Amino acid sequence: MGKTITEKIFDAHLRDSPTPENMVLDLDVILCHEITTPIAIMDLMEKGMDRVFDPTKIKAVIDHVTPAKDSKTAAQGKIMRDWAKRQNIKDFFDVGANGVCHALFPEKGFIRPGYTVIMGDSHTCTHGAFGAFAAGVGTTDLEVGILKGVCTFRKPVSMKVELTGELQTGVYAKDVILAVIKKLTVNGATDRIIEFVGPLVEQMNMASRMTLCNMAVEAGATSGLCYPDRVTAEYLWPFIKDDYTTIDAAVEEFQKWHSDPDAEYVEILTIDVADLVPQVTFGYKPDHVKDIGEMKGSKVDQIYIGSCTNGRIEDLREAANILKDRKLAEGVRGIVTPATPAIYSQALDEGIIKIFMDCGFCVLNPTCGACLGMSSGVLAEDEVCASTTNRNFNGRMGKGGMVHLMSPASAAAAAITGTISDPRQFLA
Amino acid sequence: MKTFGGPAILLDRNDINTDEIIPAKYLTEITKAALKPHLLEDLLLDGKPFDSQSESMQQAKVVITRANFGCGSSREHAVWAFEVNDINVVIAESFARIFRQNMFNCGILAMELSADNISGLFAMKGELELDVDVNAGKLVATSNDASQEELQCSFTLNEYDRNLVSAGGWLAYADANY
Ligand code: SF4
Repeated sequence: MGKTITEKIFDAHLRDSPTPENMVLDLDVILCHEITTPIAIMDLMEKGMDRVFDPTKIKAVIDHVTPAKDSKTAAQGKIMRDWAKRQNIKDFFDVGANGVCHALFPEKGFIRPGYTVIMGDSHTCTHGAFGAFAAGVGTTDLEVGILKGVCTFRKPVSMKVELTGELQTGVYAKDVILAVIKKLTVNGATDRIIEFVGPLVEQMNMASRMTLCNMAVEAGATSGLCYPDRVTAEYLWPFIKDDYTTIDAAVEEFQKWHSDPDAEYVEILTIDVADLVPQVTFGYKPDHVKDIGEMKGSKVDQIYIGSCTNGRIEDLREAANILKDRKLAEGVRGIVTPATPAIYSQALDEGIIKIFMDCGFCVLNPTCGACLGMSSGVLAEDEVCASTTNRNFNGRMGKGGMVHLMSPASAAAAAITGTISDPRQFLA
Repeated sequence: MKTFGGPAILLDRNDINTDEIIPAKYLTEITKAALKPHLLEDLLLDGKPFDSQSESMQQAKVVITRANFGCGSSREHAVWAFEVNDINVVIAESFARIFRQNMFNCGILAMELSADNISGLFAMKGELELDVDVNAGKLVATSNDASQEELQCSFTLNEYDRNLVSAGGWLAYADANY
């Protein structure tokens, strides 16, 4: 019997198997942010275990609320800062160098094919786009990861989502993943790993693959994965060029992480995207998804473009393409937050920031901000946001607020019209 | 060994997420105790806000709910919010992976029962009291109603999860073993 990519990664990292169903894996990278890590650090300190297993394998950032908004978030930042210094964690990203974790860490080349990655954050699955096994964990798992460099998982169960066909103009990876979640439901991939495969995925750049994998957890998945290929190797080349003679050599070596043709899957879902139209969520669950036409004309108060799902340069370009020479609709607030300083800087160079500002947008520093309703764009009761983020849970962006998830192009269309609108009308 | 069970509260919904269990705005707290008054603060049942301050909620030691409980964020705060409210068992048809793992990592029981058994519990009248025997894998639910209805079911725990519950969580286990 052949093996899936996840089984291969598990085999290569297996430290122990306390029961046939449970596997303890060695970890290659442990990612940390200031919402879930300080409490782990405090607990380790209290237990007299203030150590790290390997400071070079720990990467840390302050990103959720930054710069600090109040004394409590300032204290969380300080705990991280002091810890990074004390434990000699060199890859620590503080104000000025910080950005949304799942955009920043890949951009720094920290994630490689075949790696095992954990973080105290459910969207850690984003990093599966590189052909790594990356999963979100809670604080206790994070503590053990920091202390011992291991984490347990149940024996992996995989499913395939095979994507075929060409995307129409105005339809993006975000629309694809919303359509996939609609099909699977929020519980359809629980305890499973989703492999995104097929010709559409092969054509996608890393930004689109990250958008796909980012929302795998919204269907309950442990992780989402794409096979590492030439696109992956080209993206990573600045970081791996000393390890391989040529890009071709890297591409060939990455093949070892592809699933075998006779590997076992519990389900294979094939979706042809040729007829897919822009998608949008309508309720409080990420599988409450409709074609955008069905929500047409629904009023919005705020536009939020950013986050680990859609705050990359490609996303900002798509939105700017629609916003150029246009103005925000009367009474609508626009907020854009480039996900990392490098993206911000690139957007400045390309004139994208100017387009957003001329349109009337507020340009935020890189941060999670409004995505989780902790800062920078919290909604008031009964307000509605057209958002490029990944969660529309009740209260997510502020108590009593409603969030409609959509692509950056759709969010830009809503910005101009003040209502949920099909972006394709602006892309003729 | 720790005992599990007590008065139960029933939350009749699938897919209750971690943002509803404990909203993100409380994630700046660095003590578990601070989470206590905010458990299930943003929960909607039947589209209406749930009364998280009701007397039966205050007394509950057990939560019974439907499928995919604890989906969404990885925040262990969701588990701690139960812990500081003295909830020692959550019973559901199924759990989201991270939430379930967080529960066992903290030595709290996340018990999966068949949809039939869950429906049986929801169908019982009056207030329920649960008695859980972890080693025997047995659960007895009794109602305080005149009918004195009783429902017995058995459950299986993965051996590893059972070990975590008895070892007092994953940190102690891993520190001893790796
Ligand atoms: S942008 Fe939103 S979903 Fe992504 S890591 Fe930040 S808070 Fe989480």
